[in-house]
Amino acid sequence: MTAPQHAAPLDPLSFRDRRRRISSRVWLALTGVAAALTVLPLLLIFFHLLRAGLGSLNPEFFTSVPAPVGQPGGGVGNGVLGTFLLVGLAGAMGLPVAIGAGVYLAEAEGGPMANGIRFITDVMNGIPSIVIGIFVWAWVVVAMGGFSAFAGGVALAIMLLPMVTRTTEEMVRLVPREMKEGALALGFTRWRTTLGVVLPAARSGILTGVLIALARIAGETAPLLFTAFGNPFWSAGLGEPIAALPVQIFQYAISPFEEQHKQAWAASLLLIALVLAMNLAARFLIRSPYRSR
Amino acid sequence: MQDTTVQASVQRASALPLNEAAMPTETPTQAPAELAIRADDFSFWYGGTRALNDITLEMPQKQVTALIGPSGCGKSTFLRSINRMNDLIPGIRHDGDITLRGESVYRTGLDVVQLRKRVGMVFQKSNPFPKSIYENVAYGARVNGLAKGRRALDELVEHSLKQAALWDEVSDRLDRSALGLSGGQQQRLCIARALAVQPEVLLMDEPASALDPIATQKIEELIYELKDQYTIVIVTHNMQQAARVSDYTAFFYMGSLVEMGRTNTLFTNPREERTEAYITGRFG
Repeated sequence: MTAPQHAAPLDPLSFRDRRRRISSRVWLALTGVAAALTVLPLLLIFFHLLRAGLGSLNPEFFTSVPAPVGQPGGGVGNGVLGTFLLVGLAGAMGLPVAIGAGVYLAEAEGGPMANGIRFITDVMNGIPSIVIGIFVWAWVVVAMGGFSAFAGGVALAIMLLPMVTRTTEEMVRLVPREMKEGALALGFTRWRTTLGVVLPAARSGILTGVLIALARIAGETAPLLFTAFGNPFWSAGLGEPIAALPVQIFQYAISPFEEQHKQAWAASLLLIALVLAMNLAARFLIRSPYRSR
Repeated sequence: MQDTTVQASVQRASALPLNEAAMPTETPTQAPAELAIRADDFSFWYGGTRALNDITLEMPQKQVTALIGPSGCGKSTFLRSINRMNDLIPGIRHDGDITLRGESVYRTGLDVVQLRKRVGMVFQKSNPFPKSIYENVAYGARVNGLAKGRRALDELVEHSLKQAALWDEVSDRLDRSALGLSGGQQQRLCIARALAVQPEVLLMDEPASALDPIATQKIEELIYELKDQYTIVIVTHNMQQAARVSDYTAFFYMGSLVEMGRTNTLFTNPREERTEAYITGRFG
């Protein structure tokens, strides 16, 4: 047996200890700088949009359709309505499928079928949105004989699927196994257990994921270019081309007229405010009444 | 068969003075009790690991049987084999059979939902649903179609909560979240929830291991009350608890049943060397 070694004295610090302490502080400070750099773009975007777009925001901007080229005034009221319609349509088509698929993946865990589907949803998450737009153009727009709100909704729904499927799966997996077993031990079928106990327990997480995904697709432009197409007038029919805020921003931004550039900035400000509001709602609004305290 | 003599409870009091005085005096049944659960050479595997070796035992009706043994001895696995909760785990396999009043619970075509309606379960960690107190008890009964109409359901909820000795504490806040209850109350709520489905057998997997001594005592008193109506199988780490609440005790060790008998006999006069070593605290 060797005698215990004497510990280093607490004071003064050796050169080596001092170097270690400084190095630790430097690296920690650098990660702080990296974190600040991450949020910097959002602050800059906000600052710039407020400066360039705030001046064009007025009641008319929210309520009217675009003015004819070269004339001042006009608004993006139809684009706001169109974006809400498209997101609603995508949600109605995509959410039931995505949530169902997420529950399946969580329940089937490691089966070969589940692993395959999980891999494919990850691949889908990475498909460039313009490719989804072209695909829907080929399969829906061409088949239906023209651009339509419906086609735009399909394109956005396809974007929604992998995002919501994976969040639902994660959230359902977070429900404690004990809670599920409690229901099964009462003689519940697996379906009743999922619907009555597991989904309600995962509800707030799933809703948060849904809102974030809806906010994400609300800002998509590329999938709508060849599907919803855009429309300078009011339209609410599913079979007609429909305006959408991101598409309007795109069209204004590439136009040669200064007046339209201003409108593009204002519309960008509005769009980012909408997306931000949905993200904030996802964070704060949804609180299950029976969360543990 | 097991020793069913009457004077056993006297011996038991002298052998296990801890808390024994708090329990009412036991009056063992004279006639051999009817059989509730029987295992015949039951073995169980998780993947390639064998968890149970040829378990053969009998549990009489309306009696409390305690399963004791060190961690990993297979007692929980055996308990969960009775209502087939292990079915959820991939890669499991069994051999032999378990019967519930003569009916195999592993026969092909058996609906596990029907089985679990007859064999209720209470878990180690209380697991109330994130719903109101009322709804926690009513939900299972409603899903299983046991109460027709609001009045009948109200009565069933009240009756079940009274059976679980929880009614007086929660009757004025049935609509509040069950998650606001204390750990011991949550566990009694889970018992009420299981009773509302009107099972014959109640399986309890270390129901008091996460509770403080007062809450534990309440659960034990409850078990004593409930055995008039239900066959109870309880897994416990706590040998004093097994001695206090059970009529029969089965000692599991490394996946095998070492010894089973009347609790007082097993604790005072075990047949097997290993049983004696375990109950006197020499290992485990």
